[in-house]
Amino acid sequence: MSEAGSQTVDSPVDESRRKFLTVATSATAAVGVVFAATPFIESWAPSERAKALGAPITVPLAKLEPGQMLTYVWRKKPIFIIRRTAAMVSQLPAHDKELKDPESKDSDQPIYTQNEQRSRRPDLMVMIGTCTHLGCLPKPHFDAGDPTPSLGPTWPGGFLCPCHGSRFDLAGRVFNGSPASVNLVIPPYSFPDDNTLLVGEDGTKKGAA
Amino acid sequence: MSNANQVTKPGFWGWLNKRMPVDSFIKSSLTEYFAPKNFNVWYFFGSLALLVLVMQLLSGIFLAMFYKPGETTAFDSVEFIMREVNYGWLIRYLHSTGASAFFLVVYLHMFRALLYGSYKAPRELLWLFGMIIYLALMAEGFMGYVLPWGNMSYWAAQVIINLFSTIPVIGGGLVEWIRGDYGVADATLNRFFSLHVVAIPLILLMLVALHLIALRENGSNNPDGIEIKEKKGPDGHPLDGIPFHPYYTVKDIVGVCFFLTLFFIVVFFVPTMGKLFLEPANFEPADALSTPNPIAPSWYFTPYYAILRAVPNQRIGALLLLIAVLSFFFLPWLDRSPVKSIRYRGWIFKTFLTIFTISFLALMWLGLQEVSTLYVWLARIFAVGYFAFFWLMPWYSRWDPVKPVPERVTYHA
Repeated sequence: MSEAGSQTVDSPVDESRRKFLTVATSATAAVGVVFAATPFIESWAPSERAKALGAPITVPLAKLEPGQMLTYVWRKKPIFIIRRTAAMVSQLPAHDKELKDPESKDSDQPIYTQNEQRSRRPDLMVMIGTCTHLGCLPKPHFDAGDPTPSLGPTWPGGFLCPCHGSRFDLAGRVFNGSPASVNLVIPPYSFPDDNTLLVGEDGTKKGAA
Repeated sequence: MSNANQVTKPGFWGWLNKRMPVDSFIKSSLTEYFAPKNFNVWYFFGSLALLVLVMQLLSGIFLAMFYKPGETTAFDSVEFIMREVNYGWLIRYLHSTGASAFFLVVYLHMFRALLYGSYKAPRELLWLFGMIIYLALMAEGFMGYVLPWGNMSYWAAQVIINLFSTIPVIGGGLVEWIRGDYGVADATLNRFFSLHVVAIPLILLMLVALHLIALRENGSNNPDGIEIKEKKGPDGHPLDGIPFHPYYTVKDIVGVCFFLTLFFIVVFFVPTMGKLFLEPANFEPADALSTPNPIAPSWYFTPYYAILRAVPNQRIGALLLLIAVLSFFFLPWLDRSPVKSIRYRGWIFKTFLTIFTISFLALMWLGLQEVSTLYVWLARIFAVGYFAFFWLMPWYSRWDPVKPVPERVTYHA
């Protein structure tokens, strides 16, 4: 400090020292900016309350009849729970050729549901009811042959998204010609007992394929 | 700068000018700022955009006094504004109509730039600032649309935020970070409120300042696309220029009168504009388990929405949407024509501009309709028309048989 203070106006500038100090100051400031930004960026992540509210949910299955669907909410997402009839399950492989991803290779699901029926139990289909295109709610059109123009007489039964017309079968697999590219997402789930479904937890491997 | 100090005026005005360059600023940007004398009606929309911005700030400040963000309070507080706050309905309709008016004015302002080549050198930066304003305005409009927390608000937020999920690798985490929850929720609404009333308005004001600074540097373009500064009189002023004040301030007031007349007809008599400005589904509270049918964004976003829907692959659809918006940014470098104004361009440019205009309007209409096979195919055809205008421009603008540009602006007094 005393050396700098004793310099006169005419003293030559130490360019390398000036350059070093400029770079060092800028680098320190840049690191500081990253540290300062972190809490603000992190504040946008789901809060502790949001995480707690996202805990697994229990669904009683006793009153769900074959051919019926229940909708529960888990993590703000609708969970479609369908008790499929034997006929509904048996017709699934028939339209594999009309599907974008019949074996769910590019789709998002727990490994124990990556099978032909996309479920742990053939009769019970569990999936997240938001279109994989842009998150709208596909509407159930379970009956084969539907008068809706975009479905028609060859329709095997499934879901139609009202927003952009994506079509899915009764295993949530997407049909060719839909804006959605992948099948409906399946959440982690398990069966604590035969008449109870736990959405959000893999649980014991009971019933796993 | 310094001439304000040289002329010492007496009294308060002199005192003020010794401390702040008021006089010189008024001279440099109004009374001795020379604008081309051949402006036509297309040149109203810049000042009108500024007017709408001020109106939106004013009505927005007052709405924020009564609006309560939060998933249990937002919808009710908007109904409270509409039914119980004195003149609350007027303030809210001013704001909701203002949003649509903003986009209408900005689209016409942009079209003017396409007509007269205002984006071309030396005004590339002016155009870029304008385009960033347009992006900020889209973010502002979208977030403002979410705030009433009606069912269309909710689902618009759902669809638009999910666009980010198509980004490879980081998409899923990014969407969760934007929402602050596992779905569109209270956290999402509150951060959108903060961004809509504080962050983006501040950014908009700064961008408008930059836009105007860049405009003042080279001055406005004009319907003939001639640089008036190249022909100066003995007094050093452009021969084809007239002082902005009083000539254009007064002219702009005429535009303001016409604009406000139309604006208030909408505010007072058709504030929903037949489901276009305010959609019926948004008069129902947000419901995570019921998608409005059909779901449609505000009219000013529908051209891009139609492009998104027309693509059978979601990632490519989102990418094309992005390219559709960003294409405007490249215009100054895509256009290789030696002339600026459409008056001296040839039939090729005119044809492409016509195709673009029809495509944009058709996509806008298609984006508001329910999906069907026919409409998806029409959207694909018009999307080709939209993109062709931009990305074939480096060729057709060069081949275009242009006409000779006159020395001075054409002007009929």
